[in-house]
Amino acid sequence: MKKYTDTGKKDTRSGFGDGLTELGRKNKDVVALCADLTGSLKMDEFKENHPERFFQIGIAEANMIGIAAGLTIGGKIPFTGTFANFSTGRVYDQIRQSVAYSGKNVKICASHAGITLGEDGATHQILEDIGLMKMLPGMTVINTCDYNQTKAATIAIADYEGPVYLRFGRPKVANFTPADQNFQIGKALQLQEGTDVTIIATGHLVWEALQAAETLNQNGITADVINIHTIKPLDDEAILKSVKKTGCVVTAEEHNFLGGLGESVARVLSTNHPAPQEFIATQDTFGESGTPEQLMDKYGLNASAIVNAVKKVIARK
Amino acid sequence: MADYKALEDLVVQVRRDILRQVHKVNSGHPGGSLGCTEFFVALYNELMERNESFTMDGIGEDLFFLSNGHISPVFYSVLARAGYFPVEELNTFRLLNSRLQGHPTTHEGLPGIRIASGSLGQGISVSIGAALAKKLNRDKHIIYTLCGDGELQEGQNWEAIMYAAGNNVDNLIVTVDLNGQQIDGSTNNVLPMGNVKAKFEAFGWEVMDIEKGNDLKAIVTGMQKAKEKTGNGKPVCVLLHTVMGNGVDFMMHTHDWHGKAPNDQQLETALSQNPVTLGDY
Ligand SMILES: Cc1ncc(C[n+]2csc(CCOP(=O)(O)OP(=O)(O)O)c2C)c(N)n1
Ligand SMILES: [Mg+2]
Repeated sequence: MKKYTDTGKKDTRSGFGDGLTELGRKNKDVVALCADLTGSLKMDEFKENHPERFFQIGIAEANMIGIAAGLTIGGKIPFTGTFANFSTGRVYDQIRQSVAYSGKNVKICASHAGITLGEDGATHQILEDIGLMKMLPGMTVINTCDYNQTKAATIAIADYEGPVYLRFGRPKVANFTPADQNFQIGKALQLQEGTDVTIIATGHLVWEALQAAETLNQNGITADVINIHTIKPLDDEAILKSVKKTGCVVTAEEHNFLGGLGESVARVLSTNHPAPQEFIATQDTFGESGTPEQLMDKYGLNASAIVNAVKKVIARK
Repeated sequence: MADYKALEDLVVQVRRDILRQVHKVNSGHPGGSLGCTEFFVALYNELMERNESFTMDGIGEDLFFLSNGHISPVFYSVLARAGYFPVEELNTFRLLNSRLQGHPTTHEGLPGIRIASGSLGQGISVSIGAALAKKLNRDKHIIYTLCGDGELQEGQNWEAIMYAAGNNVDNLIVTVDLNGQQIDGSTNNVLPMGNVKAKFEAFGWEVMDIEKGNDLKAIVTGMQKAKEKTGNGKPVCVLLHTVMGNGVDFMMHTHDWHGKAPNDQQLETALSQNPVTLGDY
């Protein structure tokens, strides 16, 4: 088994902030917009370094998306920052018409995604955003797993022409991917090699999938662990290659099982290579207040839930 | 000095284009289109500084954004007759595989269009973004925007209106088509808008009226004044008092023709009130 070590817990949103800071230095066309959450999104440094390229929009997310779309006309590369809920559901029609349908090069960067937002509770914990965004034609959807990957993704999407939804979170989590990684949009990462089951995970669930794979290995079950950071376009090839070998799959995400990564994987399998699948995801429910760990535990979004799902799916082969 | 005879001829021809487009497919929005015909003709042929060829970024030229996308027939006609695409293409309005979609879009690559619109309330925000990009690019040109009066009922407008004044977006002229009508009736009946001028002023905008919003001279002189007001720290709003359905007697002063096409008989009557000037497409 490959060994992955946590180099020190860090929040993915800081990966975004530091990536943005680097972009600010490297690319003069990058501009940033925020709707009164500059600190939460870790955008302070960009703002300090480039006041003329930072736009404080106020608590007006619809306007922020529209202004971002307009800024692309004139060659700017706008990065908008607010919570995932206010980045998607609040402004769906604005994104749909002014960004996606208009084909604008806007990077919608969303922090505090999912249930690990914690104590603020369900009003702020969006578990539907991946579905909302992946349904928009032409939208690229990325959900990163740790600080290093988020930073690399932030930098990489500036070089990609087209609308992107970049989803990350609030809590400090294991930082285990390489600091010098080359982030390739749409390219799945094989983290472990196995033959009994494929575990496909995105976001905060990737680390949990690695923990699950270790536990399984001690019980004589070997797993392919795949990190899907790009949910759309999905790396069909990597998924099929693995599932053809293992014959079953567990998908894991911090999102509703309706509309998430799991459904995208199910579509790939059902049209190419049907195989048993179990879904680690929230079960069509809202979240609630609690600490991130408590919530991940209560909603079955952790390593032990993945282990149980693996046993179940292998039995269905 | 503007050649008002030529502009007037163009106005009449554009009216014919509008009527013939919507008649052919028995759908589309003639009322608002006819009410804004003089404005579009003046804007594209007298007021805007435009580059010869179309580029999305529009560096070094004035840009126009249509927020109330339903009045696409007037937009398409004026763009075609300004040379952005062949006038014959007006024949394809709302047809399958056309670049002239029901509401304007960048998606089919129609020259002259820089944003999709149709879902109301988004155009001022987009225009602010384009205005900010001009400032970053040290490009002294102006962003023009048109929106409907009923459209102002959408909350996003007021987010944008607050932002533009608070951030001195002074290279922006937003024109409001103040025709007093929307789909279900007059704006006063649907949702009374109160004093629109006072509202914009309270938000910190420079506001002016063009009382004769269907008079080419009044529009040209009024918009030139508006242009002089740019660059002074405030965004500029022009309240354009128009008559919906202008130029076709039975379509005027009513919301009935907001989104309804004339039948054969009605088309004939409407066209007879606007005899060919430059030639039909
Ligand atoms: C967000 C949104 N809601 C509703 C509509 C349907 N709609 C199209 S035009 C219109 C009326 C607009 O009124 P106004 O802006 O005054 O335009 P006019 O009727 O004068 O042309 C409505 C409600 C829409 N296009 N977008
Ligand atoms: Mg109106």
